[in-house]
Amino acid sequence: MTTLDATKPKKKNEILYFALRNNKLKVGLAFLLFFVVLACVGPLLTRYQPYDYIGPAAEPPSSEYWFGTTTFGQDVFSQFVFGLQATFLVGIVGGGLATLIGILIGFTAGYRGGVVDELLNMLTNMVLVIPTLAVLLIIVAYLEVRGIFIESIFIGCTAWPWTARAIRAQTFSLRSRDFVDLARMSGEKSLKIIFTEIAPNMMSYLLLVFILQFGGAILIAATLDFIGLGPTNAISLGLMMNNAVLWGALILGMWWWFVPPGIAITAIVGALYVTNVGLDEVFNPKLREM
Amino acid sequence: MSLQVENLRVHYQTLRGAVKALDGATFSIADGEIMGLAGESGCGKTTLGHSLILLNSCMRYVEGRVELDGIELPIWDTSRMNAFRFKEVSIIPQYAMNAMNPTRKIGRMTSELLESRKVSFNATLPELKRRLDLVKLSHDVLNMYPIELSGGMKQRMVMVLSTLLNPSLLIADEITSALDVSSQKAVAEMLVEFRDRVFVNSMIVITHDISILYQIADSILIMYAGKLAEKASTDVIIHAPRHPYTRLLISSLPKVGVTYTEKRLSGIPGSPPLLLDPPTGCRFRERCPVAFEKCLEAPPFLEVEKGHHVACWRES
Amino acid sequence: MRRYFGRKLLIYLLTLFLAVTIDWLIPRFMPGDPVDVLMARAGSFAESTELMHAYYTQIFGLDVPLGQQYLNFWSALFRGDLGISVYVFPQPVAKVIMDAVPFDILLLVPAILLSWLAGNWFGAFAARSKRLDNTVLPLGYVLTATPYMWLAMLLAWALGIVLKIFPISGGYSYAMSPSFSWAFIGSFLEHWFLPFASLFLVGFGGWAIGMRNMIIYELEADYSHYLEALGAPRRLVRRYAFHNAVLPQLTGLALQLGVIVAGAVATEVVFSYPGIGYLILQAINTRDYFLLQGCFLFIIVGVLLANFVIDIVYVLVDPRTRTGMQGEAA
Repeated sequence: MTTLDATKPKKKNEILYFALRNNKLKVGLAFLLFFVVLACVGPLLTRYQPYDYIGPAAEPPSSEYWFGTTTFGQDVFSQFVFGLQATFLVGIVGGGLATLIGILIGFTAGYRGGVVDELLNMLTNMVLVIPTLAVLLIIVAYLEVRGIFIESIFIGCTAWPWTARAIRAQTFSLRSRDFVDLARMSGEKSLKIIFTEIAPNMMSYLLLVFILQFGGAILIAATLDFIGLGPTNAISLGLMMNNAVLWGALILGMWWWFVPPGIAITAIVGALYVTNVGLDEVFNPKLREM
Repeated sequence: MSLQVENLRVHYQTLRGAVKALDGATFSIADGEIMGLAGESGCGKTTLGHSLILLNSCMRYVEGRVELDGIELPIWDTSRMNAFRFKEVSIIPQYAMNAMNPTRKIGRMTSELLESRKVSFNATLPELKRRLDLVKLSHDVLNMYPIELSGGMKQRMVMVLSTLLNPSLLIADEITSALDVSSQKAVAEMLVEFRDRVFVNSMIVITHDISILYQIADSILIMYAGKLAEKASTDVIIHAPRHPYTRLLISSLPKVGVTYTEKRLSGIPGSPPLLLDPPTGCRFRERCPVAFEKCLEAPPFLEVEKGHHVACWRES
Repeated sequence: MRRYFGRKLLIYLLTLFLAVTIDWLIPRFMPGDPVDVLMARAGSFAESTELMHAYYTQIFGLDVPLGQQYLNFWSALFRGDLGISVYVFPQPVAKVIMDAVPFDILLLVPAILLSWLAGNWFGAFAARSKRLDNTVLPLGYVLTATPYMWLAMLLAWALGIVLKIFPISGGYSYAMSPSFSWAFIGSFLEHWFLPFASLFLVGFGGWAIGMRNMIIYELEADYSHYLEALGAPRRLVRRYAFHNAVLPQLTGLALQLGVIVAGAVATEVVFSYPGIGYLILQAINTRDYFLLQGCFLFIIVGVLLANFVIDIVYVLVDPRTRTGMQGEAA
């Protein structure tokens, strides 16, 4: 008697099995973890605040000032680690909000169809095309003092269109499946159907979408900060680069001022993208390497 | 002999090991013969059909010899096999309805395909049109995109396309599975007509629906769990099968005109073994009503009478 | 198809209307009086303040009720009059923008088109071999994760300051003024190269990755398998896969325009390149809201137009949209 028993691993274990073996996932998460730890621990390693004038100006990195100093004699390392915190915050809050709005609108449009879908589509298209810079300017002019939080909210409210579109497409394809029809026929309310039948099947997709929004939010925030539309009372990696260019770091060759923040952003966003691909492979059997 | 297959083994490479999907197939098909290939899902019939034309990326050729019209087919070498594809061996795939590029007009795709195979489209066009007439498709089809055709029309178009160069062997993989009964009849009759007009020399019709085979096949090959169970002429398989599996299979089919009031339809209890680690000996023995000790040894596929092969110790 | 385009046109017009309205609101919702800003720069005696204030207010059309201002704005738009700049008073905004537009077009159009074409081609190429794929993929991810301005900074610093090959500021040498002489064109190209390179590289990475994924998806499709089964050469299969994979990339281009515009603004800031992006920065810093308004209007119209063009091209290229798929492919 050599028939195999039901030794096929349960679904959750199967995911874990592949997750532990996926190189892209491991590398991506490793990088992310490194920067998260740095963001948490870094501020404890330095005794300066980002904007304190603590030493000689324009010093290259040394054992005393690990990342050197700015043209004003501020410690670049302090700016860097505090900036990291801000960057992660914006990523999570901004990316999370964008994902949420995108999910809400995408689900509703995809599930309801018809007029609701048309209207939401129009809304999505409009938000997509309007240069959000303009709206930000108005907001920015009104708020003399603004922080990371406002910036995150703004990013969240303007970066959702592609998520809405993607989720709408997925919902379309799922809602015509039999199990949804069954739920509808047994009289379940729409909202309940969305949350109990459709959403669990899209869990992995939603996670992937969030990761991309996270990365996107970081990039957008960096660009906004760089143009001067960022927070006024905080430090961020984008602001570091803004200051660096404004105060001649390029011409003076003060690479330690603008290279670290850029590397950090590139590494974090890159790690997020690679993690995304890895997770996609883990969730989707067709993509797995043999 | 048109097609001769000797001890063909093709396995699937998976993370957990090799799945022995086709484990030693030996049979032959004569000129002009339509052979049905039947069995349960997972018995290896699609693997057998595909291995004769295109091994997909998961399949591993293990051993075996395939000879078509006296020439050995290099099925393990995908680039050398190319010379035979379309011209000598052709296939109507299971996914025929999605088999055409959605963004190319059908005529243009056909011409590009033919030209890429060094066949002049213009020279073939008159014959192509004749065949379209035969399957009752308008010539306008060549100017349309696949999305403009119905499922049945796409199927017929693919049938015409696959047989356009008059291949010696045609493999028809589950081409009636997605159709309604009247379409099934039309498609089945078309296959026979293709053979009668010698567009195609011999055919392997893969299906799990034996009733279709009863209509059009000259012989039927029954497979079970990666191995051949029985091969004989259609008449014999349907009316006088000798392998226990075939017998149970045939008897479990409902018969037209008979009303079952007392008995329930009998199936075959149990299920086929997983092929990752198949049982030794006869793979049917766990479900077989007449199994005995000798069944622990794998039975050979022997010719018990002319044109009738069975793999069962009880019958040899 | 007419219905499809009709609906698209409606959406575009509505969006245009909404966007223009928001645009019009910019100077008016800003705290403070734009005229005061101008006056603060001019500096003046107390007596003339009243007069000057009235004068400027009239020039900027701020002395009529809000509703009237709105209508005036639209009518001025149709005449091509975008108001007067505060930053470079008394030059009209339209002229300031028009001076900057050629620089932008010469920078953005090649950067966008070339990065899209090259990225797509390269991504398809990478999908051919495993080895190539393993080197191209990480590179692509790094490039697309790089913020536009940081790559600009790196290039400026490395090639401009350290190696001194290219200049890092301005659109052309400050010693020259625009003309059609070879000297000017040479100087222009010198200044153009680094901004172009940074926009190109970041875009390239993104498109290469997207295309590679799409190609792999298409190569696994049923029609690809059918062609292979019929012995079609890899060339043909790849050609079909490429054609089908490009379609979603086209849609992607439309979606990315907003991002690219932001990236261009950042890049121009780094290089002080005299495009609209640079103008925007100056306008923000000097609180020249009318200039800002004009710039944004220009960008909005540009992006809408580009979207519309891409929509048309898409319909021409993908037969599925013509024969009955309604709505947009998501």
